[in-house]
Amino acid sequence: MNRQAQAVILFLFGGAVLKASLGDLYLRYVKEGLRPFLIAAGLALVAAAVMTLWYEFRKPAASGAASSGADSAEGDGEHGGDEHADDHGHAHHEPRVGWLLILPVLGLLLVAPPALGSYTAGQSGTVQVSADSDYAPLPEGDPVRVSLLDYASRVIYDEGRSVTGRRLALTGFVTTGPEGVMLARIVVSCCAADGRPIKVGLDGGPVVDVPAGTWLEVTGRLSAKRGKDPVNQADIAYLEVEQWKPVAAPKQQYE
Amino acid sequence: MTDALKTKTRTRSVEVEILAVLLVLLVVFRDTIAGLVEGERLQTWTTVFVSVLVQAVPFLVFGVILSAVIAVFVPRSFWARALPKHPALAVPAASVAGVVLPGCECGAVPIAGSLIRRGVTPAAALAFLLAAPAINPIVLVATAVAFPDNPEMVVARGLASLVVAVLMGWLWLRIGRAEWIKLPHRPDLDGASKGRAFWSACRHDVVHAGGFLVVGAAAAATINVIVPEAWLQTLAAQPVLSVLALAVLAVLLSICSEADAFVAASLSQFSLTSRLVFLVVGPMVDLKLISMQAGVFGRGFATRFAPATFVVAILVAVGFGAVLL
Repeated sequence: MNRQAQAVILFLFGGAVLKASLGDLYLRYVKEGLRPFLIAAGLALVAAAVMTLWYEFRKPAASGAASSGADSAEGDGEHGGDEHADDHGHAHHEPRVGWLLILPVLGLLLVAPPALGSYTAGQSGTVQVSADSDYAPLPEGDPVRVSLLDYASRVIYDEGRSVTGRRLALTGFVTTGPEGVMLARIVVSCCAADGRPIKVGLDGGPVVDVPAGTWLEVTGRLSAKRGKDPVNQADIAYLEVEQWKPVAAPKQQYE
Repeated sequence: MTDALKTKTRTRSVEVEILAVLLVLLVVFRDTIAGLVEGERLQTWTTVFVSVLVQAVPFLVFGVILSAVIAVFVPRSFWARALPKHPALAVPAASVAGVVLPGCECGAVPIAGSLIRRGVTPAAALAFLLAAPAINPIVLVATAVAFPDNPEMVVARGLASLVVAVLMGWLWLRIGRAEWIKLPHRPDLDGASKGRAFWSACRHDVVHAGGFLVVGAAAAATINVIVPEAWLQTLAAQPVLSVLALAVLAVLLSICSEADAFVAASLSQFSLTSRLVFLVVGPMVDLKLISMQAGVFGRGFATRFAPATFVVAILVAVGFGAVLL
């Protein structure tokens, strides 16, 4: 791959990263905190592309034949592959593996795959929630919004004391399994590659009859029921459903 | 000369043209391509693939910039003064220096390559390569957050990783051969102006290491999608098998070292020792690292270095696990 083609690839790659991080697309793949670094990296890639082209087009005047002669004296034995015997061979031992960088450009600009959802939730066991040393009282509000992780942790480690008697609103997508319908959300600590589901079982109330992957806001109360995730035997908390309604997927789909 | 110049111009423009045609085709058939990624498995694969890359891009780019700075602006004499003269002492010094590089393993590979090119003894640069992703403050804090009930995990991870890095450095001093490392030649860096050399190094390293990162990300996404978690659960009960299983899983999953602690924490059926093995092996040997090392140091290097590191990392981590956990 010659330098001009590399510059084009770098420009596209940087542009794709910039486009994803200036909009909301990046939230499907990484944590919000990475955004400034993504923007800086995208700018650096575009700058590298521009500078490469700048030096390429200035080159004949600036360095001329002497430097291309020096270039061709060296061969990249491991990666060059074809060592053409022409005396301007420098274009041939530039990294060819760089063509692969088209794939992420393609992935980000054309395909833009969705955030992880019900497929992952069905494949992996629920996150083992960690115990907090003390559970602050829930904020005001009726119903009060809690995250799935917070709810599961309060139910499993605090016997639900801090959520007893409150109406709760949980948002997540539907996942179905051998132990019935559950509400889930993907928990991501770094990027979607480490995404794992947190599942909360739905008990009683109106039957949830929407396809897996539908986003719901479920209102309900603490349920005494407990379950085990069949995939990894982790504890699952349940919610006594009062009502549910489909909602649009939130901007930040991960918890 | 004119003929040669013409040939050169022709071969050059062809690649840009191929690229242009390819891109036009991609845009024209955009909907068809997006339609191909329909099935849930394939969709999950694509999501994981893209997210591994997006997560790694800032680390790759900043690692490359830092390595270009080392290659272009830091004089060779600096390393001679900064590191102890004796190679056996330079190894631990370089490992400890890894503490200051916050980031994951993608950035460390080009930096280590650049250090060797600037005359740092390979053993020390390799120790740095292994230590930097595992013992930097961000990774240790992430480990502490992921294991709130087991603070000894942080100590064990830091010490075990440091010991593996130093051992591998010393092992390289004893049995390593210079010809195993084949750094790609950089004739364009000699005699060019600093600005030109800097941007040339940046371009080359991003395209080169980035290309291998794509290979690694694709492999990691494949493993992520095809290995059912239920398999792992059956292995957790056996002490020896569970250590081996998590060591292999760390290699296959190729999770960024800043995130692997959270994954290890979630593998709660496994013993603490086997999870320590996961945390020590992961930042040192994984698919995307092997792919990048093969690219930056040569295949002959990667086929020897990665398996040796794998074995040493398991043994050391099991040892520390037995004593500390």
